[in-house]
Amino acid sequence: MPVQTKKIINDGNRAVDEMLEGILAAHPRHLRSADGSPRSIIARDGPRPGKVGLVIGGGSGHEPTFLGFVGKGLADAAAIGNVFASPPPDPILECAKAVSCGAGVLFMYGNYAGDVMNFDMAAEMAAMDDIEVRTVLTTDDVASAPRDQRQKRRGVAGNFFIFKAAGAACDRMLSLDAVERIARKANDHTFTMGVALSPCSLPQTRRPNFEIGADEMEIGMGIHGEPGIARGKLGTADAITDEMLDKIFAEMAPKRGDKVAVLVNSLGSTPLMELYIMNRRVKQRLDEIGVFIHASWVGNYCTSLEMAGASVTLFHLDEELQTMLDHPCDCAMFRAG
Amino acid sequence: MTINTADLKRMFDTIAVAIEADKNRLCQLDGVIGDADHGIAMALGFNAVRDALASLDLAATEPTALLNTAAKSFLNAVGASSGPLYATAFMRGGAAVKGKATLADADFTALFQAMSQGIKDRGKAEPGEKTMVDAWQPAAEAAAAASVASKTLAQCLEAAHAAAERGAEATRDMIAAKGRSSRLGERSLGHVDPGAASAVTVIGAIRKSLS
Repeated sequence: MPVQTKKIINDGNRAVDEMLEGILAAHPRHLRSADGSPRSIIARDGPRPGKVGLVIGGGSGHEPTFLGFVGKGLADAAAIGNVFASPPPDPILECAKAVSCGAGVLFMYGNYAGDVMNFDMAAEMAAMDDIEVRTVLTTDDVASAPRDQRQKRRGVAGNFFIFKAAGAACDRMLSLDAVERIARKANDHTFTMGVALSPCSLPQTRRPNFEIGADEMEIGMGIHGEPGIARGKLGTADAITDEMLDKIFAEMAPKRGDKVAVLVNSLGSTPLMELYIMNRRVKQRLDEIGVFIHASWVGNYCTSLEMAGASVTLFHLDEELQTMLDHPCDCAMFRAG
Repeated sequence: MTINTADLKRMFDTIAVAIEADKNRLCQLDGVIGDADHGIAMALGFNAVRDALASLDLAATEPTALLNTAAKSFLNAVGASSGPLYATAFMRGGAAVKGKATLADADFTALFQAMSQGIKDRGKAEPGEKTMVDAWQPAAEAAAAASVASKTLAQCLEAAHAAAERGAEATRDMIAAKGRSSRLGERSLGHVDPGAASAVTVIGAIRKSLS
């Protein structure tokens, strides 16, 4: 029997529900669970008559994604699944009912087969309750499929910008059509690339979920430990950041004078020191090509339990997306404006 | 043979035991090309089914209602990909025998085929894409062929189990086109699909309990 990884938990099977109890205890001003549906986390302040309801969601283990982005000006609700597993349709449906205020509901989540099936089933059930639901999948991970198959890509840390833009559009009382258009545009303008240095372990198994050599990194690894596009020797911070940015620039095609927002995200255990060293390089590279940084976020925004590694996301701004990004929001784990 | 709801409950109990015993192997298979949780999800789902069926009054429950209970409990415990796939399988299986109080051999092979079709429809997967369909579809076809040839249910399920094993083994040489492993491209080669592997375990347990 291999040695179990160390975790501060009580019971692996209860980890998600006990975490939710702790989150609700910490953020009673922002969050509540839906009546009878503890895995449906609803914003205290947000849903209101005439506003499109924004429901996000997915597996646990990525905190503060998803429920940390529930609050006024961002998402109205998050449906919470087991660790790395989509929530089933019922809690998603309860979220939709709780935030439906007559203007329709938008489902937004990362593009994974399980999430698509469960959210689609929930959307069908919501339609039977006369709630109009539209869906926008996030597909920001440039490593997960070639450029001409963007619709096959995974949604990863760039969710942060895409949800932010859509949430702002909802908060500004735009129509469901307009919110959906802005959400799709935000997704098209968001590019993420990640690298993993060491594995994470699920609370139920407490075994590393992949093996990697002491001097290796996995380029393009997914946020559930899915293998990436290549295994390489661990490089310097500058070399790793350059490799990520080269791939992002090739797709984003930035022009001198363009504006971006930057997210340098830890996959869990990589410390701020290393993230800021990477961010230094991001700034150098953007300065070199004359691209202006409108805003930066550096820290834990979309994690993979205790995985070591980081991702860089660039959000390619235009006037509309910048307005949405700058729009104030007040969530349990994130504030802006 | 004639299958009643008590037999179906026993079948689900047998599946739960088999999956629980296979949990770690399935997680390890999934760790190679996915996110290492497939065994957990399957065990969670079938344990939930076992608990839900334990509270049913079997004498007052028809097979369709039992299968719907199984579907709902599996789905709500799991989510993930396997939740909708197996929930749809059980619901379609139940719909295929609607109105029947007990099942004859041919009814069960029809149910079995409907399960396979449900998985295929929900996942929008075709054979050859390195998914559980690569085990379920050949198993359903083998069971149907044996049934048409007037074989006993035990023989039908034996043929199904063998076809599922061959189908799962064949996923080793496939490049994943659906699900999380599809992002790996050729790096998925050489590894058995965990969903196909667990399908073999499920089908093997069905065979064991009804033979």
